[in-house]
Amino acid sequence: MSFKSEFSKGIIKENPTFRMLLGMCPTLATSLAVFNGIGMGLAATFVLVGSNIMISALRKVTPEKIRIPIFVVVIATFVTTVDLIMAAFVPGLHEVLGIFIPLIVVNCIIFARAEAFAFQHGISDSLADGLGMGLGWTLALCGLSAIRELLGTGTILAFADFGFPGIRVFDQSLAATMVILPPGGFITLGLLIGLLNWVISRKSKKSQNA
Amino acid sequence: MGKLLVIFFGGVLLNNFILSRFLGICPFIGISQRVETAAGMSIAVIFVMGLASVVTWFFHNMILVPLGLEYLQTIGFILIIAALVQLVEMVIQKSSPPLYQALGIYLPLITTNCAVLGVTLLNVSESYSLLEAAINGVAGASGFALAILLFAAIRERMELSEIPESLKGFPIALITAGLMSMAFLGFAGFRLEALFGVM
Repeated sequence: MSFKSEFSKGIIKENPTFRMLLGMCPTLATSLAVFNGIGMGLAATFVLVGSNIMISALRKVTPEKIRIPIFVVVIATFVTTVDLIMAAFVPGLHEVLGIFIPLIVVNCIIFARAEAFAFQHGISDSLADGLGMGLGWTLALCGLSAIRELLGTGTILAFADFGFPGIRVFDQSLAATMVILPPGGFITLGLLIGLLNWVISRKSKKSQNA
Repeated sequence: MGKLLVIFFGGVLLNNFILSRFLGICPFIGISQRVETAAGMSIAVIFVMGLASVVTWFFHNMILVPLGLEYLQTIGFILIIAALVQLVEMVIQKSSPPLYQALGIYLPLITTNCAVLGVTLLNVSESYSLLEAAINGVAGASGFALAILLFAAIRERMELSEIPESLKGFPIALITAGLMSMAFLGFAGFRLEALFGVM
């Protein structure tokens, strides 16, 4: 497959959140505000691209039997890097995301891509795969967090690190706080995936009838 | 003593790992089809999380802090957890082959269960003592067990009900978890510190 198709498959067809249902914990926990979602998504993308390249480059010298611990060490190294970078440059965001930054280590998306893709493919394909999957996840997080931020607080695009309070769409008193509480996360994501399933099944029915 | 009880009940009910901290969602949804397997998984998780809390506490306070190597926390912790899981796997394989078969691929997955790494990181960020860390680990895992067992029981019932086609499987599971989580929000009203007499 070409670079482009490896890249684009992660965004829609094999979107890690909506199609493959991977990496649910950070998806639910960090989708409180759009910039949290973007920050989390980009951090994971960085780790995903780095670990995919590294694992792909090392795949010929990695003994099959101890590949899992090697993956873990490679991934953990990139996670530590991104953790320290974020603590230095966006301390507010780092604080909000909290333990979910180090927890990128155990994010199933990254592990799944290392095992299922990077270990069997060349460096440029793995780079494309990492970028696509990472951005697909970031987009999914953005979508989910846009819904939750808007309904839950009435503002959108708030970013504390830049001192930006966000754009107020409707009054605070109308906001449904439940949406940014944990139950809202579960229910919003469930409904969103259900909606996507419905759209896809309608589409395939239409194409069958045509 | 009071503080330990606060940590324990806080971990099980107030800050339930799955329903309010969003840790360990993958196994929560993945192996909650049957109460039996959910119970087996819970036992394994309680064991691993308790053990991991203790071992990482020693690792952090005896090795990383004196040497000023705190930035190796993530790498070190995940390797310790991976080794512990391997150990538990061997023990279960020897002691209970049926359980081993039932848990199958999920056992190695405890390594990537974010609840386990999560609890060890929380122990460090809250700077718990050894005993507090151990209690926190067991409490977090017990909360996980409580949530996954209740959830598995609900899902066994749900198989008989009619669910809209597009909500089948994962979406309905998430919505159910959301409703459970709402019920658990009720525990937030507890004032544990007052109840157990610590301030």
